[in-house]
Amino acid sequence: MTVPSGPVTSSPSAAQPPPVTSSLGPAARWGPWRTGMAILRRDLFVTGREFPIFLAQVILQPLFLLFVFGKVLTELGYAQAGYQDVLFPGLVALAAVLTGLQSTALPLVIEFSYSNEIEDRLLAPLPVGAVAVEKVVFAAIRGFVAALVMFPIGVWILGSIPWQASTGVAVVTMMVLGSLLGAAMGLILGTFVPPNRINVTFALVLTPLIFTGCSQYPWPSLSHLRWFQVVSAFNPMTYVSEGLRGLMVPTVPHIATWACFVVGTAYLVVLMVVGMYGFNRRALS
Amino acid sequence: MSNVAPGASTASPSDHRPVGHGSLAVEVHDLVKRYPKAPVDSLAGVSFKVERGEVFGFLGPNGAGKSTTIGILTTRIRSTGGRAVVAGVDVAADPVGARRVLGVVPQQNNLDRSLSVRQNLTYHASYHGVPRASRNQMADALLEQFGLADRPNGRPDDFSGGQIQRMMIARALMHAPSVLFLDEPSTGLDPAARLFLWEKIAELKAAGTTVVITTHDMDEAATLSDRVAIIDHGALLALDTPEQLVRGMQSQRTLDCTVEPGPTGDATSLGLVLGVALGALVGVRAVDQIDDASGVGLRFRIDVEGEAASFVAPVATVVADAGARLTDVRLGEPNLEDVFIHLTGRALR
Repeated sequence: MTVPSGPVTSSPSAAQPPPVTSSLGPAARWGPWRTGMAILRRDLFVTGREFPIFLAQVILQPLFLLFVFGKVLTELGYAQAGYQDVLFPGLVALAAVLTGLQSTALPLVIEFSYSNEIEDRLLAPLPVGAVAVEKVVFAAIRGFVAALVMFPIGVWILGSIPWQASTGVAVVTMMVLGSLLGAAMGLILGTFVPPNRINVTFALVLTPLIFTGCSQYPWPSLSHLRWFQVVSAFNPMTYVSEGLRGLMVPTVPHIATWACFVVGTAYLVVLMVVGMYGFNRRALS
Repeated sequence: MSNVAPGASTASPSDHRPVGHGSLAVEVHDLVKRYPKAPVDSLAGVSFKVERGEVFGFLGPNGAGKSTTIGILTTRIRSTGGRAVVAGVDVAADPVGARRVLGVVPQQNNLDRSLSVRQNLTYHASYHGVPRASRNQMADALLEQFGLADRPNGRPDDFSGGQIQRMMIARALMHAPSVLFLDEPSTGLDPAARLFLWEKIAELKAAGTTVVITTHDMDEAATLSDRVAIIDHGALLALDTPEQLVRGMQSQRTLDCTVEPGPTGDATSLGLVLGVALGALVGVRAVDQIDDASGVGLRFRIDVEGEAASFVAPVATVVADAGARLTDVRLGEPNLEDVFIHLTGRALR
């Protein structure tokens, strides 16, 4: 057989090993950070290249919700005139949370099972947990962009949207929090759900999530439907919807804005802890 | 991003940076792995050392513990006990540091399908802190070296298994690792792709890269490896150069002889006579008469001690004395598979 020369040597002799040093100098401290940014850059590059597809993907559902509930129902007289203002902040919250969730859950399921693509990142010089954090940050960026795009669409479909410059920073902060919450929920789904169950899990999780998140009505108004109000209080999205509603339409009854930030942040911490545990379990055996 | 990680900054395909000094590329001491709920250890106290610049082969059947060992060394699997050091970095204590100095070519395609072939290489290098200018240069050089330069902008999904394999090796080399791990690299490759792969591994060795390779193919282990570790049921059974391993198999040295009876001879009685006479030779352990499908003559397999060739003349004399003619002699040399069968009592595949 014409194979490359089989390099056979005797057992290597034990050479005198110089002192082992693995010190990599001060620059190495920034190494993992820079690696994380490189991975984020890769994700942004891939999304950027398919930006129109990404937009179509994230906009369509809120667009139709906005059109049917905000435009059609009010024009036909089934909803009151002010309903648009109640609905719009809720749909911004929905876009942020749902897009964030889908941007972590599905890719993680695929990358951990079918494509194994994540391996190259898990073998990059940064802590395994940082790979999960990057996933969440990237998904949150997508969620935030989706929420942001709701504003011009709202203006276009509804004619005007409730907006106060004075609460602008708080609105943006709440949108970021909502995107992170969605991404963290997706981290849990993507790492705990086996790939053959992802379809049924999405159906079982997404629908209740969408319809108990107070995106279409203010939470205090549910007092007539006490059990549903209690159920909705467990949905992290409720605090994003209520927070945005309080900031954008303060006249509508809403959960106190500070409470929305506190509960939302607390939820984020809990979801991240659980999600990171799930990610580590999948990444290392 | 101009301040780069030390070592990575000046990396080029032929420049293997000396991270983790000393003569050892890999040091494994009493490594144990038991998966949760598993009844037995997947690795039951494995110890070995790999010298820098060596090609080290792990030979064993599926489920022997090869991939678990590689998994621990490449920081993807946490060991239950023992110590593993790659290029001077303890993989359990400093997994991030270990990932800087090792490269991995996995069994399954894990290329980034959203990126082009070239981007797979350049993004990998960016994860490892290789500056933009060097990574572009290195990517072009490696694509050329691995015969992938004609379609750098194609997507991985459009390439053959052999090409995918080469891409994954090229990608792993982008950060100039001190130790390259290849997990069953030739599984599923056609013979031509396999030969190309073997050539590339020989080139890597010539360039000074330490290569740790797992395989259940004894030809691959024997051809590529400076030393071979035979592993089964999580235990290291033998570790030496392929030559030494085979040389240790003295009992496997055989002469296969074909004998034709003389004009007046009777095959049955000749068989009996030769069986006794050959067995009486000094150094012969056993003589077995083998059924010969061709029916031309009688066939014997003679197990001998020492060099098989030195038995040709005495055997010919014995045969002539019995009034028969020796028509064919084959010297049976043991190979790694025989070593494996000897150690485990089972065939490799």
